[in-house]
Amino acid sequence: MPAPAKSTAATSTRRRTSRTSEAQRAKLENYYRQMLLVRRFEERAQRAYLQAYIGGYCHLNLGEEAAIVGLLDALDPHDYLFTNYREHGYAIAKGIEPERVMAELYGRTDGVSKGWGGSMHMFDVEHRLLGGYGIVGGQLPIATGTALALQYQDRSEVVMCTMGDGTTAIGAFHESLNLAALWKLPIVYVIINNGLGMGTDVAHASAEPELYKRAAAYRMPSARVDGADPEATASAALQAVEAARGGTPYLLEVMTERLRGHSVVDPAKYRSTDETTRLKGADPVVLFAARLLERGVLDQAALDVIDTETAARIDAVAQFAEASPEPDVSTLFDHTYATPVPNDSRRLPGSPLFAPAPFPGRPA
Amino acid sequence: MTTMAERTHTTSGAPEPASGTRTLSFSKAINEGLRAAMRHDDKVMLMGEDIGPLGGVFRVTDGLQAEFGEQRVVDTPLAESGIVGTAIGLAMRGYRPVCEIQFDGFVFPAFNQITTQLSKIHNRTRGAVQMPVVIRIPYGGGIGGVEHHGESPEALFAHTAGLRVVSPSTPQEAYTMIQEAIASPDPVLFFEPKSRYWGKGAVDLEAPVGTDTLNTAHVVRQGTDVTLVAYGPSVATAIKTADALAEEGRSAEVLDLRAISPIDTAAVVASVRKTGRCVVIHEAPVFFGAGAEIAARVTEECFYALEAPVLRVGGFHTPYPVAKHEHEYLPSVDRVLDAVDRAFAH
Repeated sequence: MPAPAKSTAATSTRRRTSRTSEAQRAKLENYYRQMLLVRRFEERAQRAYLQAYIGGYCHLNLGEEAAIVGLLDALDPHDYLFTNYREHGYAIAKGIEPERVMAELYGRTDGVSKGWGGSMHMFDVEHRLLGGYGIVGGQLPIATGTALALQYQDRSEVVMCTMGDGTTAIGAFHESLNLAALWKLPIVYVIINNGLGMGTDVAHASAEPELYKRAAAYRMPSARVDGADPEATASAALQAVEAARGGTPYLLEVMTERLRGHSVVDPAKYRSTDETTRLKGADPVVLFAARLLERGVLDQAALDVIDTETAARIDAVAQFAEASPEPDVSTLFDHTYATPVPNDSRRLPGSPLFAPAPFPGRPA
Repeated sequence: MTTMAERTHTTSGAPEPASGTRTLSFSKAINEGLRAAMRHDDKVMLMGEDIGPLGGVFRVTDGLQAEFGEQRVVDTPLAESGIVGTAIGLAMRGYRPVCEIQFDGFVFPAFNQITTQLSKIHNRTRGAVQMPVVIRIPYGGGIGGVEHHGESPEALFAHTAGLRVVSPSTPQEAYTMIQEAIASPDPVLFFEPKSRYWGKGAVDLEAPVGTDTLNTAHVVRQGTDVTLVAYGPSVATAIKTADALAEEGRSAEVLDLRAISPIDTAAVVASVRKTGRCVVIHEAPVFFGAGAEIAARVTEECFYALEAPVLRVGGFHTPYPVAKHEHEYLPSVDRVLDAVDRAFAH
């Protein structure tokens, strides 16, 4: 994976000073708390998955914590977020209670999507998370349409639409960037470049591996930023969001590391021993904690307290999810259509839960 | 370059609201239905390729951009996935987009958005977000339109839960159905039989707009001996067949499904229990087509009333043929009569 290049627009806010203001200190502590919350949440999700509390597929944000926290710090609460199937951390950082996110993973009624969305399809209108999306690139044209609606309605909100590096090869990526640039839409497209589209690295998938440069084809401003640094990410994201709010769409590439496999069940055999060793030194949570110590923002005792508090919170989150009831099977049939339809069978064949279908009688 | 919001909203020179009963072509009837829906609700907007000043390849949107402006009648780039995906995003913010797909075969770049997103978002959000998106698709053959321009892909969409798949058969139905489709909170695939675009009929421009046409089949002609089930372009074929059968002393009932999904099985069952015979007609290939579903349901629910197996007349399991051979591919009156003869031979 190429080293983060000096971007065209992003600038790091990294300042080596011990005279950090109280507001700045609190902000950095909050970054760390959020990053650790996502880290511990995902570790707990992995455990629950392996214990079969969670079904389906489970893509974790391990290694993406700094990027998530930095990106979401640049958004106002009323801004909209579209993301993909690696979304747990984004849902939490958008303000959704971790309890509801975990309950969704467990498939319970208190989940973000009442237990019917699962890991990949959380949706929360109140917190303006307009979806995780399980199909690569599915969210891009939709996010573009919501940005068009915001422009039509003369609103000040922007849309942020995240995707993985593999998504930039999909046709919808190009259709969406073209439309957004053509119509000057208030949207920031964010590429989370963790170097791997499942098991294929970027150099084998993209003719232009510096993915942010693809924006040039649409005369759209773009930048690349180090996603292991929450402050740099927040600064770059803020610049992108401000551009979008002014009617200039933006493409931001955030360089991250995927610390584990594509999903919990992926052993990542395509990675060499050297690569695995390198990753151990690239953990953004560890790096940020070390930097906070070095800059005197937090001392070891404070870090320990945050660790203990986060562990307790995650225990409570898991207990909440476990205690939440499962949805009634009959609700499977709800909401397929918004209006009544003919032949709306709600019968599971052979199931005693439901009345049997009427047997057609032999005419007299 | 202007932003979409900066574009003008032209209302000058708008024609007077239409009223009363007029003789209109099928395409003009849809045009008037779109106009009525746009006047009724300013959240209704049209998107598609060449639908603005050109009025679309079949002129269905002729004059609408002049009346409603570039912001409500949007000429898009050639990007079907982008068009439908953008419409979904607009619907999330309260709009009612109507997308025009230029020809049947051009819908496939949007197939992903339609089947994996549009059809599922109401369910995925457990009812929190409705998807009032209409996708208009000129479909079917008979105009020498060849591959991608003469096909009938409706079964591919009917197989996906969450979508409504409908097709009008007359100018009046087209006028009413497009308005009911736009008013529906569910996504509607609106298949327009392009061979009928130029056919004319009386249209009551004050006909009530409800939800009937999306939910119910319609008996076009009463009969007692055989039920001809059809929709879209095949309804006219069914009526001509019924005329020919009448000369032979056979009474055919013609049922216009209107909605292919969800399907009004009760109407089909009621008719077949009366007639004892059922022939399904559509231009789409019969293999895994709508007729297969109807045959299965009729067999299940009318088993003791049937005098003959349910038969299907439609396209072959081949790519759509070249212009000079499409008449052999399409279900003609003669082919339907042959099927009826076979039904009576049992």
